[in-house]
Parts: sequence; structure tokens; C-alpha cells
Amino acid sequence: MLSGDSVLNSRLLTELTLSFHIIYATIGVGVPLMIMLAQWVGIKKNDEHYIVLARRWARGFVITVAVGVVTGTAIGLQLSLLWPNFMELAGNVIALPLFMEVFAFFFEAIFLGIYLYTWDRFKDQRKHLLLLIPVAVGGAFSAVFITMVNSFMNAPGGFELVNGELINVNPLLAMFTAAMPTKVSHVVVTAFMTSAFILAAIAAFRLLKGSDHVYHRKALYLTMKVGLVFSIAAALIGDFSGKYLAEYQPEKLAAAEWHFETEEAAPLVMFGYLDGTEIKYALKVPFGLSILAHNDPLAEVIGLDQFPEDETPPLIIHYFFDTMVAVGMIMIAISLVFWVGNLRKWTFVHSRPFYWIIVLGGFLSVLGIEAGWWMAEVGRQPWILRGIMTTSEAATTSDHVGWMFILFALLYLILGVGTVVVLKRMFRSNPVEKELLERYPNKGGEET
Amino acid sequence: MNLEILGIMVLWTFLFGYVIVASIDFGAGFFNAYSEFRGKQHILSKIIQRYLSPVWEVTNVFLVFFFVGIVGFFPSTAFYYGTTLLVPVSFALILLAIRGSYYAFESYGSQGHKGYAFMYGMAGILLPASFSIVLTISEGGFVSMVDGNPVLDYWELFSSPLTWSIVVLSIIAVLYISAVFLTWYANKAKDVEATNLMRKYALIWALPTIVTALGIIYELSFHNPEHFTRMVDLWWVFGLSFLLFIATVVLIWKRKKYGLAFGLLIGQFALAFYGYGVSHYPYLLYPYLTIYDSFTNDAMAIALIVAFIAGLALLIPSLYLLMRLFLFNKDYVKGNKKNKA
Repeated sequence: MLSGDSVLNSRLLTELTLSFHIIYATIGVGVPLMIMLAQWVGIKKNDEHYIVLARRWARGFVITVAVGVVTGTAIGLQLSLLWPNFMELAGNVIALPLFMEVFAFFFEAIFLGIYLYTWDRFKDQRKHLLLLIPVAVGGAFSAVFITMVNSFMNAPGGFELVNGELINVNPLLAMFTAAMPTKVSHVVVTAFMTSAFILAAIAAFRLLKGSDHVYHRKALYLTMKVGLVFSIAAALIGDFSGKYLAEYQPEKLAAAEWHFETEEAAPLVMFGYLDGTEIKYALKVPFGLSILAHNDPLAEVIGLDQFPEDETPPLIIHYFFDTMVAVGMIMIAISLVFWVGNLRKWTFVHSRPFYWIIVLGGFLSVLGIEAGWWMAEVGRQPWILRGIMTTSEAATTSDHVGWMFILFALLYLILGVGTVVVLKRMFRSNPVEKELLERYPNKGGEET
Repeated sequence: MNLEILGIMVLWTFLFGYVIVASIDFGAGFFNAYSEFRGKQHILSKIIQRYLSPVWEVTNVFLVFFFVGIVGFFPSTAFYYGTTLLVPVSFALILLAIRGSYYAFESYGSQGHKGYAFMYGMAGILLPASFSIVLTISEGGFVSMVDGNPVLDYWELFSSPLTWSIVVLSIIAVLYISAVFLTWYANKAKDVEATNLMRKYALIWALPTIVTALGIIYELSFHNPEHFTRMVDLWWVFGLSFLLFIATVVLIWKRKKYGLAFGLLIGQFALAFYGYGVSHYPYLLYPYLTIYDSFTNDAMAIALIVAFIAGLALLIPSLYLLMRLFLFNKDYVKGNKKNKA
């Protein structure tokens, strides 16, 4: 690995950096919204628990932001270091949203700094809410702009390529490509969903570990409700994404579904494994793929047979696709049961086993995000710019990528472990009971 | 003025912004670590953390802005510099990661970890060195084209006195800028001990800064004569910069007007930085790449400039708010308890 193939090594290093970064990036997009919601609910209900919740989330958030910033800087530079030919071409067409992403991030960074260091400077809680709005907006918009760049790679547009020369570049058209609406909305919504479920998992975990404080129950109820809304939205947009793929990127859908031959009334293949070209132990939903692709059970769906073999994506993405969809469905089910159960006063939604399921759900959501990105990215192989530039044409010619991979792998290991250790220590040394007591001594940290 | 010049001026300005705020940050980390090992940690750490905690993330964005902007305005730089800089920039990224995580990990998690403080201080010294490699390479002579791809000659690079002079200058300048700023900041906080310590550091690093800067101009005279000639043509810019340097040192020596001294220091470095930049014109990478043959298409250039102006309209008021709340807020600077996270 150390000497060898700089194309493969560049792919591995990019994949490593992005897989690590998206965990923090997702939190970075979603958690500010949750903090803002908690602050808002706290003001509306005049309930200090929610204000404290907002602050405690924010304090933990800082740690993840720090790692998100440094890994984001890493991937930003690695784009040019590992894919110089791609960036030279793409810079001409897609630089605008990249540039705007930095502004969104700048904006978020400034107001997050202000919010964190002015906690007790303003008496009026509404001022703190005002500071949170640019943080949440900046976070969401950096996701929007950076996903626009990714959409461009999946469906290049906004320019013409004549004899290897770029002409008629239109930066706005390059931002609003065919892939953009579904991709951007799916990314933003799943980030909200995942962040909500991660925070729910933390609340459930505290409840499991003996702290039966009403604060955690409030946190759990808020996060699960928000999670439910966004997981349903994610499923709806996911369905649109399927239709987008069928129309514009049929080879990705066909590879994800192991749909080898073009046919009408195509079944949806779920799970299973591939033995040569034979699908085994799979669940087949009749007409499923035709419905997913065209909303019509009898519609024809293009199969892999329509594409030259060297232009079809790896078939492994089927597993990523299944994982992503399964996680989405499971999370809708968990949060729906919890929400209905809360309304109907079913006791089992507050039982230990159900709390464990919620804790597991937090991890599952992160897995879902990873699987979704692997499916989207590996699914456009062998292209870096679909139909225009292959991955191997874009990679660096430097011989040192293998060593850099090892170096960054070590770095991410340290950062990952560091995050967990610091977060644990931070909240263990300052449990919510203590903080409530310090902040509102006359109420004794009890229900307000 | 054409779009190429406008583009490079915007970028050069952001790079200058980064150089100043990052120098304060890098130097502060070094002084923090150094004084910890000398047992003077308590004097400096409070002042340093108070200033840096709310702004470290903003510092980082200046850098991101520069490298995103340069690929946007001058896409060919991605090809030339991307290919050649894999190793030095990857090291810089690792060092940046150590620093970025330090703030969060240290100020919210485990306080007073000596090893981390040491690594953090070292990172502050190594970072200017690893970034300044880019400046060295841009002078030409270290990159050759093999099969149409640029290749960096590491031996040539590391055996050149020019490389080491630029590395030394970048390190010393970082310490000097940081010390002057922190003298002013500590003085505002009415922290006499920290002020005196930082004043001492500022005076120590002043002379080496100017000596190495002159040394580099001398080395350029035979490494890149074309660049040297253009620098000589701009002698008055560098002369003015030198006068500002003298004025800064005199003010600090006499313990007068630290704020003005810092302002003059910014002026000194701005003149030298822009003088260097203008004399480098029109090359981005001598002799392969000029700002003209690497420039993006007109449509993108105009879109970027519009986005830039719109972005600044948001950014400048926000930055002003940030400075008013932290840099120019007496209560905050003095460490009033209410402002802790």
C-alpha cells in the first residue's frame, strides 16, 4: 500500500477523511438547530430546564465543532492535494458554492464564539436565541453549498466541453444541477434527524444510568419528536432521490438494486448476497423497483446491461443502500412508537429495554449516514465527474499518498478517542443536577 | 484594474489577515508552553486563553478562505501546488488539527495537560515553517516538470539557504507579532506581570525579525534576480516598513501606547507583505505559472467577486460585533466572571 497505486491510495485517504468528517459535520449541521429549539421552547414555556439543556448541548457541541473544523480543513485541502486535475477543472465551474460555503462557515464560527462566551452577559434569554439563529442558519447553509458541489460531481452541468476546453461556464447553473434538489434536501434533513437521535440516545442513556431527572425526560421527548418529523421527511425525500436516480443516473440505481437486466414491472431486491451473478437469500418485493423509480408498478427500469462494463459502479453499494434504508425505517418505527406511546401513556416506552433501543438508535443513525454516503460516492465510480472525468484521471501523481494515509489514520484515531474521553469527562464531572442547583439554588434543581 | 489583479489582491489581503491572526495564535501557544515549563504559566495562560478561546475558529476560517479562494480564482494553482505540496501541507494539516482540538479539549475537558500544552506550543512553531515552504517554492528552482506533471525536488529544497531563511523569518515574525499583541492585550487587562513579560519577549524578537528579513532579500538577489530587481524598484515601500518597525520598538521600549505600537506593527508587516506580493507579480509559481495563464473564466470571476462583496457585507458587521464583545470589552478583557463558558 505504501508505494503502490496513488489512485487507490488517494481514494482510500479521501474516503477515510470524509467518513470521519461526516460524523462531525452531521452533528455540526443538526445540533445547532436542536440547541436553538431547546432555547426557544425554554423561553416559550418559561422553563429553565430547556435553557440548561441548550447550554449543555452547546458545551458538548464545541468539542465536536473543533474536530469538525480541523477535519473539514483537511478535506478542503486534500481535494487539491489528492485530486489536482479534478480541482483544476472543477475550480473553473464549481468554485462559487465552495466559496459561499466558507462564508456560511465564517458566519457560524463568529456567532458560535459569541454565543459561547456571552452566556451570562445578557439578562434577556431572547438575545441568546438571536445569537443562535445565525449559528443554525450558517450550519445548514454550509451543508447546502457543499452538497451543491457534490451534486455537480454526480450531474455535471453549467458548462460545455468542446475539444477538451471549457466554454460557456455558468456558475449558477452549475450550482442548480439536476441532482441538487434531492441531494441537498436529503443531506440537510438526515443531518437534523441524526443529530436529534444522537441527543435522544444521550438522554436515554442518562435515564438508564440512574439519573431519573425530569430534565432528561424532557430532553428525550423533545429530541424524539423532532427525530420523528425529520426521519419521515428523510424517507419522503429518499423516495424522490430514487426517482431522480432512475431518470438521471440509472446505473447507480441499477447497481444498488442488483438490477442486471432492463425490464418492466421490476421487483425491489432487499438484502441477500451475491454469488457470482446469482442473488441469494434476498427478499423480493414485486413491482417495488418500478414503483420506486417511476411511481408505476409496470414501468420499465433500466438495468446494468445498458452500460459498458467499465462504466458500471461496484455492486457492493447494494449493501450500503440496504443499510441506509433499513436504518431509516427502523428509526421512523422507534420514534413513532415512542411518540404514540407517550400520548397514550403506554408504560413500556419508558421501560429500560426501550431506552436501550433508543440508545442503539443513536448509533444506527450515524451508521445510516455513513452507509448513505458510501452508496452515493462509491455508486458514481468510475467517475469523479460523471461522464466527464474518471477518478484515475483526476488523482495526484505524487508517490507519498500511502504514508499520508497512515499519518491521517493515526490523527483521526487520536481525535476520535479524544472526543469521546473529553465529552465523557466534561459531563460526568458536572452532572445536570449539580448545574441546576448552582444556577437556580432556590429551586433545588427540581421541577420548575 | 483587471479582474486578475483584483482577484489576487482579495486573496493576498485574506492571506495577510490570516498571517496576522494566526501569528498571534501560534506565538501565544508557544509562549504559553514556554512559560509553563519555566513555571510562569499562571502569568500568561489566563490572558492568552481569554483572548484566543472565542476567536480560534475564526482564525482558521481565514486560512480556508484563502485556499478555497485561490482555487476559485486561479484553478491551475490546484494542479501545480496540489501535486507538489502533498507532504508539507499534510504535515501542516496534522499540526493544525493538534491546535484546533487543543482549544476545545483543553478549555472544556482536561485542563493543564503538560504534554498537550507542549505539543501545542511546538505545533505553533512548526506550522509557520511548513506553510512558508509554499513561499519558498513560489520563487522557482525547486519544481521541475516531468512528463507534464510538476515534481518537487526535496533535496534541492532542503539544502537551499533561502528555504531556511524563510523558515527562520516566519518563526521569528510569529513570535514578534504575537508578543507585541499580547503586550497590548495584557496591558488592557491591567495585568502588569503579563505585560512586562510579553514586553520583554517583544523586545527580544524585534531585532532578529529585521535581520532575517534583510537576509532573505540578499539571498533573492542570486536565487531569483528578476524578483530581486522588482523589490529594489519598490525600495521605498520596504523603507517605510522599516521606519514603522523602529517606531514600534521605540514605543514598546518606552512603555507607551501599546495599542498604537500594535497598529504600527500591522502597518510594518502590511507594507512588507504587499511589497513582497507586488514584486512577485505576475508569477504565482516562477516561472511556470502567472496570474494571467491560471485565471478562471470571466463568468466565474464575476460570480466570485459578487459573492465576495455580499459575503463581506455579512462578515464585517459580524466581525465588528465579535471584536466589540471580546477585544474591546473592558469587562471581558479583565476576566469578569460572568463571561465564562
